[in-house]
Amino acid sequence: MFITRRDRLFGLVAVGVLLAMATALQIERDRQFATDAPAKQDLLYVQSPETMKRFALSYAGLAADIYWIRAIQYFGSERRSTDPSRNYGLLYPLLNITTSLDPRFNIAYRFGAIFLSEAPPRGPGRPDQAIALLEKGIAVMPDRWEYYQDLGYVHYWSRQDYNAAAEWFRKASEVPGAPWFLKPLAAHTLAAGGDRHTARLLYQALAESRENDYMQKDAHRRLRQLDVMDAMDVLNARVADFKQRGGAPPFTWPRLIAAHVVPGVPTDSDGFPLAIDPETGVTHLDPKSTLLPLPSELLGKAAVRR
Amino acid sequence: MKTVARIAANVFKESVRDKVLYSLVLFAVLLIAASVLLSQITAGQEVKIIKDLGLAAISVIGLAIAVFIGIGLVSKEVERRSIYSLLTKPMSRPQLILGKFFGLTLTLAVNVVVMTAALYAVLALYSAYTPQYLQSTWEAPAMDLALMKASFLIFVELTLVTAVALLFSTYSSPIWSTLFTFGLVVVGHFSADLKNFESVLESAPLIWMTRALYYLLPNLATFDVKLQVVHGQAVPMSYLAFSTGYAAVYITALLVTAMLVFARRDFK
Repeated sequence: MFITRRDRLFGLVAVGVLLAMATALQIERDRQFATDAPAKQDLLYVQSPETMKRFALSYAGLAADIYWIRAIQYFGSERRSTDPSRNYGLLYPLLNITTSLDPRFNIAYRFGAIFLSEAPPRGPGRPDQAIALLEKGIAVMPDRWEYYQDLGYVHYWSRQDYNAAAEWFRKASEVPGAPWFLKPLAAHTLAAGGDRHTARLLYQALAESRENDYMQKDAHRRLRQLDVMDAMDVLNARVADFKQRGGAPPFTWPRLIAAHVVPGVPTDSDGFPLAIDPETGVTHLDPKSTLLPLPSELLGKAAVRR
Repeated sequence: MKTVARIAANVFKESVRDKVLYSLVLFAVLLIAASVLLSQITAGQEVKIIKDLGLAAISVIGLAIAVFIGIGLVSKEVERRSIYSLLTKPMSRPQLILGKFFGLTLTLAVNVVVMTAALYAVLALYSAYTPQYLQSTWEAPAMDLALMKASFLIFVELTLVTAVALLFSTYSSPIWSTLFTFGLVVVGHFSADLKNFESVLESAPLIWMTRALYYLLPNLATFDVKLQVVHGQAVPMSYLAFSTGYAAVYITALLVTAMLVFARRDFK
């Protein structure tokens, strides 16, 4: 059948109009039937890594990538969720399937362990699962010193088991190609585990990790937390000294500046002004500070040996 | 030999003229390009994901070409009744089968080369915009020549699948041939499990049967070195030689069977 240019133009316009109408209907439907929150889909159809491996045929690598992306998205959405019942329950199964599909998926072990060991509400607080994941990685790649180091971190931060942490740092230092700092780190952790100086050494080591931005950024944030804790200790000591010299409440920054206790309003490393309790004179972070929450296990361990 | 080459050239020309083929290649190229976007939401290992997606695209698209065009090679001629005029020409039935096979193999080779080149282009582009210190943490360089080994074995697997599709299409309808071929592709990736059944079975005849099936069915898992290549692990040339040799022998067996079946087929 012959179609004239006019007919064709008319057809194209009609298609355009119809698509615009479909879009308008879609917008209206979304507006009228919008739900406050989407239903939570805490569902993983295939939980068995072995079954998934068979389903993947020869595309295990691609399937692992898809599960990895799913794990990241799941972790991110749970972290952002305001639902008090969130429990990150699918995180480990997702990571387990990812690393079973592709047993050499390096970043899934390392990131996965960080995600899993993160304390609530920023993570599931499951160091046991983080340890299981890293041990799985070591079974496949015993030559990766990073996994031993990460196991040390998990024991250090999440379990505060400094002996176990030191032991893993020692094991990491014995892997060929491991960096020099692991040996002194192991010794220091064993001798004075849990103080801020050791924590600083650990985070400096992590900050040097070039593997990816996330780990570097997280380590730099932790280092800034340590900086502000040290700074607050110095300020608290100055206020205590001011009290001894007869200074009385209310303790406010303008008064302390006028008394030459501090040169100006102190800020944390992210630029938020520090707050001070007018009665006690104890400094603390601004509630809006991006450095909150500070690691509680280090708040009382003020030994600054930089 | 000349007759076979002439048929093969015709099959190749017909495939190149086929618009479906172009759209598949375009799809693969777009998919590889999309992998760059996808890699932005993955928090690390972007190059691994681009390689995974690229090699999987080459394999899937190649498989679609091998199965759907492979099945159509003979069954289309039968359906269109053009087989009658073909068989009156100075060529034997085995020559027709061989010509069809080599024609599609050539088409697949060109497609795999185009798609591999597209993958390298995407990787080169990504690598150009990645700082050197980040590149030093990659398990394998972006422009890793070993990717060609994975592409080559994908091509070898595709030629084997083409031979399977061709065999089924010599005696079965297109729908059944498609189902049989896809079924054999799936089973071909499970053949290692057949071997492992030995450890759980107690009955001697059953053990014998699973062992026989293991050796009889095509072992397609042999051609999958995608993960090793992506992680920068060595794939020795001897492995490539063994796998190619295995495929050559298996393909010959399939083609001989196809020729025997086709020779006995009555088109009245």
